[in-house]
Amino acid sequence: MTSIAQYVVDAVYVVAIIVFVLGLKAMSSPATARRGIVYAWVAMLIAVVVTFLSPGLSNYLWILVGVAIGGGGGYYWAKVVKMTAMPQMVAVFNGMGGGAAAAIAAVELLTSLTGATAYLSVAGAIIGSISISGSVIAFLKLQDWMPSKAIVLPARQYVNFTVLILAVGSGIYAVGWQHTFYLTPFFALLVLYGILLTLPIGGADMPVVISLFNALTGIAVGLDGFALVNGPLGDAGYAMVIAGVLVGAAGSLLTVLMARAMNRSVGNVFFGAFGATEETGGPTGTLRPIDATDAAVLMEYAGEVVIAPGYGMAVAQAQQKVKELADLLQAKGVTVKFAIHPVAGRMPGHMNVLLAEAGISYDKLFDRDEINNEFPSVDVVLVIGANDVVNPAARRKGSPLEGMPILDVDKARTVIVIKRGKGKGFAGIENELFYADNCRMLYGDAQAAVAQLVQALKQS
Amino acid sequence: MAADLWTALFIAILTAFTGYEVISRVPTLLHTPLMSGSNFIHGIVLVGGIVALGFATNTPERVVGFIAVVMGAMNVTGGYVVTERILAMFDRSKKGGGKP
Repeated sequence: MTSIAQYVVDAVYVVAIIVFVLGLKAMSSPATARRGIVYAWVAMLIAVVVTFLSPGLSNYLWILVGVAIGGGGGYYWAKVVKMTAMPQMVAVFNGMGGGAAAAIAAVELLTSLTGATAYLSVAGAIIGSISISGSVIAFLKLQDWMPSKAIVLPARQYVNFTVLILAVGSGIYAVGWQHTFYLTPFFALLVLYGILLTLPIGGADMPVVISLFNALTGIAVGLDGFALVNGPLGDAGYAMVIAGVLVGAAGSLLTVLMARAMNRSVGNVFFGAFGATEETGGPTGTLRPIDATDAAVLMEYAGEVVIAPGYGMAVAQAQQKVKELADLLQAKGVTVKFAIHPVAGRMPGHMNVLLAEAGISYDKLFDRDEINNEFPSVDVVLVIGANDVVNPAARRKGSPLEGMPILDVDKARTVIVIKRGKGKGFAGIENELFYADNCRMLYGDAQAAVAQLVQALKQS
Repeated sequence: MAADLWTALFIAILTAFTGYEVISRVPTLLHTPLMSGSNFIHGIVLVGGIVALGFATNTPERVVGFIAVVMGAMNVTGGYVVTERILAMFDRSKKGGGKP
């Protein structure tokens, strides 16, 4: 008994899906990216409005209030947050999606515990719950509200595994034996598992973590969609399957790319507790400090300067100063390029965003693969707050970093490293670069140090 | 009944390939907008929340459904605004990038 209204709803959904895919496609090129997100926004608006207007709904007031609170809160928060806080914002909004997916699954399970759809809801609930609690931990770490170091609990592999088994077991038991009561431990244990899973992951692995949780939320949404296609509004279910799987596929791919950029598997990132142990020994020798005036002179008389930024630039919010420095050097006829390692920073593409915020043209930014061959002919490399991604130990057998693709900055004629102190990088090992003959250390907070360089250049 | 699940499964498989193809050649530059854009796209979960709450018949369902709608709405708007802000910066830098 398909009514005309239903045909209209169906057709509108089809249009929304097409616009969605076009939007995602447009987002894969810099020139069209902004148009892409607008497409996706239009598609989203259509889908939400048509769902809201579909026949048979009730609780309209609750829906409107919920959308107003969530939408208003999300809008406000996303507007006021600083660009440097973007990684944790992405984590939060992703967690919200996971939480919503888990809550939808919970409603479905409260409504009915029978049939294949109930098991699909269980699956959606598992992934959604892990995604929200894991994302919250990632947020707390990125926001520095808890230590961003890997927190390793004793026997964690066994504990985590037990928690997961108990959680999945109670979910299956709840559905198989029609016991609503078991839904409570089901969700509680899943949230606990998400926390336990994320605690042992340190800050520098966050690009992998954030993009994986993003993919997981997509998959959870897709599973919820499966559970909804047989429901009163099947179209909403199909839309969720398509959008969810789209994100799941794209997000998984991005996760693998991120992990590959560190020459580690996704499994190693999650279960390896990387960076929790500190290597003893390591290279010895003397570090050669340099002051800002000398460093400025070196750069001023260079033909080409390559700047390699890392998380230290983000922490110190030094991107504006870096832009100033680049402009000054260019005004003096020096070629300035930026070398961006895929996992520099705390989310995929973190450095690109910060440098773009400062107004640095993206044709000056080069991927690792694009610029690595150039380093031997570069006069000066300025490393700003990056460590493991420029550590030549990655080329040595037996190093914890072995095989990680790095920026070959040590091959340049001179390397100047801006660094806050003598501490080790995230991987907990000494950086052999710092002891190299062609390396000079410029100690200080990234913003202060770059400001000194700018000052020195202006005076010369 | 089951036919719908099969249809959904076929859709899911085709979509997975589409997602993979559409994304596979994205430059590093766009990793952040891509991630935050797909973060926005899974905000479609909001329609699921609306369905869940719209057909809720008792208080526990309404409360949990309400949570779903709040979180879903936050995902959608927050994800969109963040992506917009990031892309706006790329737009500006394309035009030769501010004053020195």
